[in-house]
Formats: sequence, structure tokens, C-alpha cells
Amino acid sequence: MLMQLAAEEPQSPVVPVVPEIVIGLICFGIIFFVFYKKLLPAINKALDERREAIEGGMEKAEATQAEARQTLESYKEQLAEARHEAARLRQEAKEQGASLIAEMREEGQRQREEIIAAGHTQIEADRKQAAETLRQDVGKLAVELAGRLVGESLEDHARQSRTIDRFLDELEAKAQAGTEATR
Amino acid sequence: MSNDQVLAFETDCHLFDDCGFPAPSEWSFIFEPLFTIGSFEVNKPMALVFLSTFIIIGFFWAAFAKPKVVPGKLQLLAEVLYDFVRRGIAKETIGKKGEPYVPLLVSLFFFVWIMNIWAIIPFAQFPATSIIAYPAALALIVWCTYMYLTFKNNGLVGGIRNLCVPSGLPKGIYVILTPIEFISAVFIRPLTLTVRLFANMFAGHLLLLVFIIGTWYTMGTVVGTFYSATSLIMTLLLTVFEMFIQALQAYVFTVLTASYISQALEEAH
Repeated sequence: MLMQLAAEEPQSPVVPVVPEIVIGLICFGIIFFVFYKKLLPAINKALDERREAIEGGMEKAEATQAEARQTLESYKEQLAEARHEAARLRQEAKEQGASLIAEMREEGQRQREEIIAAGHTQIEADRKQAAETLRQDVGKLAVELAGRLVGESLEDHARQSRTIDRFLDELEAKAQAGTEATR
Repeated sequence: MSNDQVLAFETDCHLFDDCGFPAPSEWSFIFEPLFTIGSFEVNKPMALVFLSTFIIIGFFWAAFAKPKVVPGKLQLLAEVLYDFVRRGIAKETIGKKGEPYVPLLVSLFFFVWIMNIWAIIPFAQFPATSIIAYPAALALIVWCTYMYLTFKNNGLVGGIRNLCVPSGLPKGIYVILTPIEFISAVFIRPLTLTVRLFANMFAGHLLLLVFIIGTWYTMGTVVGTFYSATSLIMTLLLTVFEMFIQALQAYVFTVLTASYISQALEEAH
């Protein structure tokens, strides 16, 4: 077959023939038409949608981040406030404690003084009573002793007590004079 | 499909058979009709062009007809390819005004590329673009677009100025430069656009044929086997090289189209 054809002059490869040009144009036209009318608008739309989706997603992420930052700030604020409050409370408690202690100390002091005063009064009263008792007992003993010695009864109460009192007063006066002399 | 369609050479001729190396020739680019539609005869390159059209539309239809915001694998692949033309060529060359021309550039790039790729697809093994009519048809479309945009954007006088009077040169130069620019813009550009693509694919196909035929032709004898193996290695290397050239030529064709459009859209100074 090829040999038979070779006998003729081949068609020059650099000269385009019309039917093939027409076929080329038609085929290109079909491809162009389909791309232009259908496929590229479709894909461009999808690409735009995708870009929007990505941008939307980024916006959303940014909003979330901003919100998170805001929340963090508010938390920090609250924390600072709480710390402040705690410090204030502590200070207050300290002050209260101090005043309480002072109050109690004052109270204690007062009670102590009262007790001491009461003690003094008691001691004074006891002393007085003891002195009184002692005076009577000493008088009685002295009278008894003197009665035995002189053999006479010195039971006369009035006289007796007057004598004893006088004696004791003298003694007291002497003792006082003694202490004043030593001073 | 008969052998004549698939194999572009005599298959029963071998080294030392005294029949000579069946070198590829113009005949390698001429095909008997595969079938006829009515009275119209469809040969192999035509069939490949039709197939290219179906494949491109089929692929992108499957990928883009019901696009998802979150893409599947197919859509992702198609998006990468589309984005390459849209951003890598249209935006890069024309700039912001390039968006309306993206469909044209996308169609050109993939049509040229797929037509080129047939060169290394088993059983097809013929780049449709090595038939000069197809590059010529595409160049014609580019030329029409270029002219239309030039005059639409600049008016009649402005359009002619845009085509043949580059700005910012000393006045004396224009005497020489204006006709050169005019011829260049109006005649040479579509011609080079056609020939560059055609010649690259034509030469690529011839190269592959030389080594493929060589591999087969030298097979059979002990000495020939060494030649054959070398030839086979060359075929493989050239196939890889052709893959690169196919994509590159599609890219160049599209970039040049974009740069012509960009020039047509340029404001008059």
C-alpha cells in the first residue's frame, strides 16, 4: 500500500488543507464553547465559594480569638479584684484582731486591778478582824493570868476592858513611836 | 485499523536484507482514510483530533461540571491544571485584565497539549499537530482575536499605531521600523506560531520514527542486536524528551497568545 502511494507525489506537509483547518476550528470551537459557557464559570464559582469559606473561617477564628482574649482579661480583672478583696479582708481582720487584743488586755488589766483591790480590802478586813480577836484574846489571857497572880478576880468586865484597851493603846503607841524612830 | 495505519514503514525489511533502511518520509504523515462519514473521509490525525476534543471535554466535565467546595482528587488535579493556565499564563502575562481571556487560553493550552501527547501514546503514536492544518487553524483563531482586540481597544488609527508604531524611539527609526513592525505583527506572528508548533512536533515524530524503525530494522542478527539495543535506548530517551517538548510547545503557544492579547490591550502612549 505504501509502495503504491509512493509512486504518486506526496502532498506537501507544510501546506495546510482546508478540510483539516475546518475540523481544527470546529473542534477548538467545541472545546472553547464548553469551557466558556459551562465548565469555567462552574469551577470559578466553586473556587470563589471556597475562598469565601476559608476567609469566613478565618474571620470566625479571629472572632473566637478576640473573645478568648476578652474572657482572659475579664478573668484576670476578677482575679486581681479577688486578690485585692482578700488583702483588704486580711488587713481588716488584722486590725480587728489587734483591737480585740487591746480590748482584752484592758479588760484583763481592769479585772486584775479589781481582784487586787478586792484582795487588799479583804486582807485589811481580815487583818482588822484578826487584830480585834487578838486584842480580845490577849486581854482575856492577860486578865486570867493577872487574876491568878494577884488572886483576885478581875472579872469586872467594864473595868477590865478599859484597862486592857488602855494598855494595848499604850503598846500601840510605843510600837508606832518605835517604827517612826527607825524610819 | 490495518498495519498501514499503525506502522508507518515496511515491517518485513531487516538489516542485510538488501532492501535498504525504510527511512521515514513525508509519507509517514499521510494516512489512508480510516472510515467515512457520509462522503467525508476521516483519517488517523482527524480521528486523533476528535478524540482529543472528547478527552478534554470528558475530563474537565467530570472534574468541573459539579464542582465541590472541598474538591475530590479528579477536581483537584483539574484545578491544578486550570490554575496553571489561569495564574501561570493569563495573570502572569496579561495581568488583571487577563481574566476574560482565560477560557481561550485554557482551551488552546489543553487542545494543543493533548494533540501533541498522541505522539507517545501506544497505537496512536502520532502528534496531530504535526499536520500543519491544526496549528494553522489555532493560529488563525489567535490572529483573529489579536486583530479584533487591537482595533476594538484602540480604534482604527490607534489600532494601526499599536500594531506598527512602538513608542519611545527616535523619530528617524520609525521610517524603517514601522513597516517591519507591521509585517511582523500582522503576518509573521501567526506564521511563526503555526510553524513553531508544527515543526517541533513534525521533527519530534520523525526523530522517534528514525529510532523506532532503526530498532526494528537492525533486529535479528547478532551484530544488529547491538544496534537495535542502542536504538531502543535512544527511542526511550527521545520519548521522555518528547513528553517535555509536547508540554513546552503547548505552553509556548499559549504564552505567545497571551502576550499578543496583552499587547492588543496595551494603552496607546
